[in-house]
Amino acid sequence: MSSPLVARALGKRFRREWGLRDCTLELPEGAIVGLAGPNAAGKSTLLALATGLLDPTEGSISVLGRDPLREPAVLAEIGFVAQGAPLYRGFTVAETIEFARRTNTGWDDAGLLAELDPRTRVGELSAGDRARLALALALGKRPRLLLLDEPFAGLDPLAGREFLQLLMDGVAETAATVVIASHVIADIERVCDHIVLLTGGGVRLEGNVEELLESHRILMGPRRPLGTIRGVKEILRERHSGRQLTLLVTTSGPIVDPSWTVDNVGLEELLLAYMAPERLPTPQPPEKVPLRWHG
Amino acid sequence: MIEFHLDPRSGVATYLQIVQQVKEALRLGTIDVGDQLPTVREVVADLAINPNTVAKAYRDLEREGLVVARQGRGTFVASTLASSSRRHHEHLRAQLERWIDEAESSGLDDESIRALISATLREKLGRRVA
Repeated sequence: MSSPLVARALGKRFRREWGLRDCTLELPEGAIVGLAGPNAAGKSTLLALATGLLDPTEGSISVLGRDPLREPAVLAEIGFVAQGAPLYRGFTVAETIEFARRTNTGWDDAGLLAELDPRTRVGELSAGDRARLALALALGKRPRLLLLDEPFAGLDPLAGREFLQLLMDGVAETAATVVIASHVIADIERVCDHIVLLTGGGVRLEGNVEELLESHRILMGPRRPLGTIRGVKEILRERHSGRQLTLLVTTSGPIVDPSWTVDNVGLEELLLAYMAPERLPTPQPPEKVPLRWHG
Repeated sequence: MIEFHLDPRSGVATYLQIVQQVKEALRLGTIDVGDQLPTVREVVADLAINPNTVAKAYRDLEREGLVVARQGRGTFVASTLASSSRRHHEHLRAQLERWIDEAESSGLDDESIRALISATLREKLGRRVA
């Protein structure tokens, strides 16, 4: 099967600023992809390029094997929930569903919305219900690719959890590939199995979450001059506090030196370390290329 | 039926947490041969996690021969881990409880007890692996 989203040296310039630059990606089919990065990192720009809302300035993007701008028929297979879940606020829930049914061939709401009162106006729904309605409409298309832009913004933790439950249930049913753009890593780390980290309009880190976590470790031990540590490929971050030394490293093998306490690193901590501005170079996909660090 | 719970701060991969919880339930005898595991959709709807993660955990358990997937019916426990070692559990647990009592009366608080146990476990078991 081909990758559901392929970008090659993709770039988009807005007047003088690049919103996205030299973005090369190939997302694995069936993955739940966390598109992470600080605000203005290029996440929305990438999603707008993927849905044909923007024209690339350079490079190319292909979704489900087709060019979204020149072959808009592919959009029927893509579900997209833009930031803030925009819907017609004056429509009732029933009218909104009817509208979706008439404008999408092969639409199937599959009872996902049974608990919403069909007579309620969309503008009167809670933020959580509105987000779930927008998601259910996108899922009703039975998309092969589902793109969500900051879906958790404005949702309280309970509404966020309910949104995720509906999303994961939809994924279990449709086997869609999902891309969730979020600047809050805690919101997505529960579900994503693939990460694309954008910083300053470029891909900073990309890969399978499990492999990324497996190739990084936290080392804690008494402060000492640092020589080579067996099993450590690169030291990404070095922190001293009192007599304690804490390292975030990429590994090349097991770390057996008993003077280090070795711990796993969480996804949030890992991504925050890569977001830190002091390290300039970007590991290029394919991710097998060793990670470089210049301190 | 077994209900899974997740500790997102544990640093243990989600699928491994599911595998470990099934194994733990098998060791303790809370689930037994023939019992059904929750379906992927049930787990997903309950925990809001990636269906691929649940499927991966179940595949791992199947590869180890602990469960079997029956087409269209679900995943069932195929063998148990509650070995002969289980009869020692009670005795070992009593010893551990006595040790904890002693630690408390020596002035260790909960956190110190936990830290001491996990450091000792890591050292002992880690050495055996290495």
